[in-house]
Amino acid sequence: MTSLPETTAKKLGLVIDLDTCVGCQACATSCKEWNAGGYSAPLTDQDAHGSDPHGTWLNRVHSYEVGDGAESRTVHFPRSCLHCETPACVTVCPTGASYKRASDGIVLVNPDTCIGCKLCSWACPYGAREYDYDDGVMKKCTLCVDRIYNESFAPEDRVPACVRACPTGARHFGDLGDPDSAVSQLVSERGGFDLLPEMEFKPVNKYLPPRPRRDQTAQPAPRAVEQPATNSGSLADRFFAWADKTLAR
Amino acid sequence: MDVSFTAQAERSAMAHHEPDIALSEPSADEIKTTTCYMCACRCGIRVHLKNGRVRYIDGNRDHPVNRGVICGKGSAGIMTHTSPARLRAPMKRVGPRGCGEFAEISWTEALETATDWLKDVRARDPSKLAFFTGRDQSQALTGWFAQQYGTPNFAAHGGFCSVNMAAAGLYTFGGSFWEFGEPDWEHTKYFMLFGVAEDHASNPLKIELGKLKQKGVKVVAVNPIRTGYGAIADEWIGIRPGTDGLFIGALIHELMHAQKIDLDYLVRFTNAHWLVIDDPQAPDHGLFARDADGKPLALDKATGVLVDATRAGISPALVGTLKLRDGRQARPSFALIAERFLSDEYSPEKVAATTAIPAETIRRIARELAHAAFEQQITLDVPWTDTDGRRHEKTVGRPVSMHAMRGISAHSNGFQTCRMLHLLQIVLGSIDCPGGFRYKAPFPRPTPPPNRPARPSQPNTPLKGAPLGFPQGPEDLLVDADGRPQRIDKAYSWDAPLAAHGLMHMVITNAATADPYPVDVLFMYMANMSWNSSMNIPAVLRHLTATDEKTGEYKIPKIIYSDAYSSEMIAYADLILPDTTYLERWDCISLLDRPISGTDAPADAIRQPVVEPDRDVRPFQTVLLDLGARLGLPGFVTDTGSPRYPGGYPDYIVNHERSPGIGSLAGFRGTDGKSYGRGAPNPKQLESYIAGGCFHEHHLAPEQRYYKHANKAYLDWAKDVGFIGAAAPITFQLYLEPLQKFRQAARGHGTVTAPATHRARIEKYFDPIPFWYPPFDGAPSEDETFSAITQRPMHVYHSWGTHNGWIRQITAENSLYMNRARARKLGIADGDWVWIKSAIGRVKGRVRLMEGVNLDTVWTWNAIGRRAGAAALGTDAPESTRGFLLNHLITELLPEREGGYRFSNSDPITGQAAWYDLRVSIERAAPDEFGETWPQFVPLHSPPLAEAAP
Repeated sequence: MTSLPETTAKKLGLVIDLDTCVGCQACATSCKEWNAGGYSAPLTDQDAHGSDPHGTWLNRVHSYEVGDGAESRTVHFPRSCLHCETPACVTVCPTGASYKRASDGIVLVNPDTCIGCKLCSWACPYGAREYDYDDGVMKKCTLCVDRIYNESFAPEDRVPACVRACPTGARHFGDLGDPDSAVSQLVSERGGFDLLPEMEFKPVNKYLPPRPRRDQTAQPAPRAVEQPATNSGSLADRFFAWADKTLAR
Repeated sequence: MDVSFTAQAERSAMAHHEPDIALSEPSADEIKTTTCYMCACRCGIRVHLKNGRVRYIDGNRDHPVNRGVICGKGSAGIMTHTSPARLRAPMKRVGPRGCGEFAEISWTEALETATDWLKDVRARDPSKLAFFTGRDQSQALTGWFAQQYGTPNFAAHGGFCSVNMAAAGLYTFGGSFWEFGEPDWEHTKYFMLFGVAEDHASNPLKIELGKLKQKGVKVVAVNPIRTGYGAIADEWIGIRPGTDGLFIGALIHELMHAQKIDLDYLVRFTNAHWLVIDDPQAPDHGLFARDADGKPLALDKATGVLVDATRAGISPALVGTLKLRDGRQARPSFALIAERFLSDEYSPEKVAATTAIPAETIRRIARELAHAAFEQQITLDVPWTDTDGRRHEKTVGRPVSMHAMRGISAHSNGFQTCRMLHLLQIVLGSIDCPGGFRYKAPFPRPTPPPNRPARPSQPNTPLKGAPLGFPQGPEDLLVDADGRPQRIDKAYSWDAPLAAHGLMHMVITNAATADPYPVDVLFMYMANMSWNSSMNIPAVLRHLTATDEKTGEYKIPKIIYSDAYSSEMIAYADLILPDTTYLERWDCISLLDRPISGTDAPADAIRQPVVEPDRDVRPFQTVLLDLGARLGLPGFVTDTGSPRYPGGYPDYIVNHERSPGIGSLAGFRGTDGKSYGRGAPNPKQLESYIAGGCFHEHHLAPEQRYYKHANKAYLDWAKDVGFIGAAAPITFQLYLEPLQKFRQAARGHGTVTAPATHRARIEKYFDPIPFWYPPFDGAPSEDETFSAITQRPMHVYHSWGTHNGWIRQITAENSLYMNRARARKLGIADGDWVWIKSAIGRVKGRVRLMEGVNLDTVWTWNAIGRRAGAAALGTDAPESTRGFLLNHLITELLPEREGGYRFSNSDPITGQAAWYDLRVSIERAAPDEFGETWPQFVPLHSPPLAEAAP
């Protein structure tokens, strides 16, 4: 079994805003695209143009409804590795291929030593790891480790591909170990939460809850209707009397 | 020692170990900018090239459309670019039409064949070429080809997309949604979305929805279905399809009753005060009273006399009845409009049941609109000067904004509904003001734009103008002396007088049935007309293969088709001209065509080839220029008859001048490359675009940015750069006089009168004041039928996405979604298979149940289902075994009217295909019918295709 670093200097991770995720799949396909040629390459597909197209993805978006009738709402939920502080997927690894980086907390798989036993995917309660059937090793979100430190990139591009792509700005990247970081501030302001905290793997990634709906709340008081001097009869008559103003063109 | 035991022991004590990994591997040998084409949004992209291949595509941060982000389709562009469905060489049909047997031919043979066919037709009767392009982003070129060829039979896909939206907007206020304008995102305080297709115009909306929510601006989504945007809206209004006009009318009703109408705005910018003649028997009844110079009249309350209504400084009356100088009565148009919307017909109580929106909700939304517009007024410290020379120290606005799309437009009442939506925006005083809805240049244009549709021509003669335009009265129709249509699609006939985008959806039906006449050549580009872009597909397939009983010839004798990919349409073409992918060609996103401007900055863009094609394919626009030259079309050849643009499309983009100094691209014009808008062709223009990221923006000065319809600094400049012909103010047509002219013609007045078969229809629907009427093919009813509509997955653009190896891993089949409570009553459970039945047929699909859908609506994802064998997917792809289309259920022709005539299933004003009108019944299939969709068509043989790229 593989040991974890005692502590990590940073806790890099994602903050995903369920209030503004529209389920567009940009994070999923941009992730696939970056990683199919990056650290996780190859990220293979099976029968991509046939009867049962499937492949390995490091990020998937699920859409579902919560609640019934008028109380129901539609939620789009992007799902990827949460880079837990105490990830069972690492400790369960028999070869040391799965590891958590001491410097930044990113959980990675070393494809040279991964034997494809899939113990890690059984250990992960979030379903975040996917076995690559052609490559024979386990694949997972790397937080785009080959982007975020990439000195050949402009500084603003040193973020995971999903964050770079997200059209609604629902994905944020940063150090959740630093209480003053923008992502930590966001979590604190918006009540960011852990997925399945009871499992005690201490996920680093946080989700921001949907903001309260305002379908019944914004009810400005109607202002008094002007009462023209000639007022009489129906509302329509009153409207015509009101509209019979001296207007300047 | 036991080796295996030792290994196990070592593993159990596996120390923390971090291998060295490459963290700074460059993503590319080279990054090239260009413009995406995975939908019609036209975002700026950066293509990362490594070892000569596309490695990665991301958004261009500098680009005005997407500002760096990219969507689910754009990020999967690499898989469309390398798709195994790519065509690889020109082909001619060798088997019967529809069976998919082709022989590859050389480009020389292909171009000579096309030239022979087209030359012959042009010499006999150029109208016998029907040239229709689909989701074409080069309509400035394709339309010009049709014009120079001499056929009026040209249009793109707008007739089945959103012409109701475009036409209603252009006739009413000289703009529209999407490419024509958008909310003032920065300042708006209240945002309403109506019936939005989520697959395109996507990134700008998504970016701004995210920001609005962050700022706490209320977002209201009006849509029978709660998917992506509706899911994050503050309020979702699950309206019944086709009833938006009642909802909007009731909002106007409430605003009027609450006296929350911006009367000052109305008299300044609209025809609200123009006097309408009230003389029921007269030819000019319902038209504007005008003075000797043709100026509309108003009553000046200050002096009590009739004055030129367009004059500044008058105090026009908006209500009352008065006498004209000739003794006849007249009323301000606003009085007529107010009378309609104040009536009980539009009261919230009256519309609640039909719209499925509670009266109290309607009243509350009206109060919220009024509150945002009148209590949260925005004042910007920006002076501006109006067209009467009056300087305004501040720019003041009513921060209510709206966006609408297909849910409004794809109904047979869409034109009037969209007009009503604009009426709502205008009575709130929220067009082109801070926080309201804002134009994107070259809009606003005059209401309507001045160009009329060109009339048919003589042999070997160009049309006198562009084929598409904006009729202003019956005299502009394209009909013969007997009132019969002169266009193959019956656009601009009494069937669809304001068909500003044509009726591509009727071309195959009309040509095969010789109604109004047969064609010799049907030439189409990028439109899957034998599948997801047609209504009643089984009938369309019969038309495509129908033969003349005597001669045995096909009723549509010759079909030329160009596309980059194998599709259902390929099988029905006789000659295939294979196009490149979007990463292999030049393109031009022109202000002459469908612009990508922002509200503060007119913009245009190019595509540049970032990789060379590895197949024997050519860019369609270059092929079209080649064909034009081979045909000797004026403008396509020099005086000596040699090709005018031997360098193909990029040569045309740079050197073609539509009028002196005005060309495809507005930036870097003039020999020194320093002019904007107007200037001589600049041979270095494309290099300048590439250096700037493949786009160009011109930033308007602050005083030009708002009230563009009446802003002197803006209009003067817009005239200088050729956006508009005159720097005159653009008056909003609340009351649409051209409609009344058609109506009067239907009453027998004027020189061009409507045929008897059409009179009642024209008289009813050509109401100059917007009104709601039930959709033709699907009036909401209390029976057990449902409205059946489609929604678009954000990651799939029509059927384009379904051969993309990544996108189809997300969606390769579709289900029929219905409301859980309604399904329960019908004994239908989640996962059951059902028969979906309409008046013309039935389709089988699997049901998924949900809460977020209007009770009387069923829906599915659009254009996922494919015919077996299409798009290189094999014959057992989920798209064809389980995926289905509703198109099979939508009639292309309405039931017979008196006299046996059948109108197309389209809006009676614009000819917009009414494919959202569909009504269906739902019946649980027998258990042994579960598992596969129906109907199944004969599987297509795949033509020879490109090798799947590694």
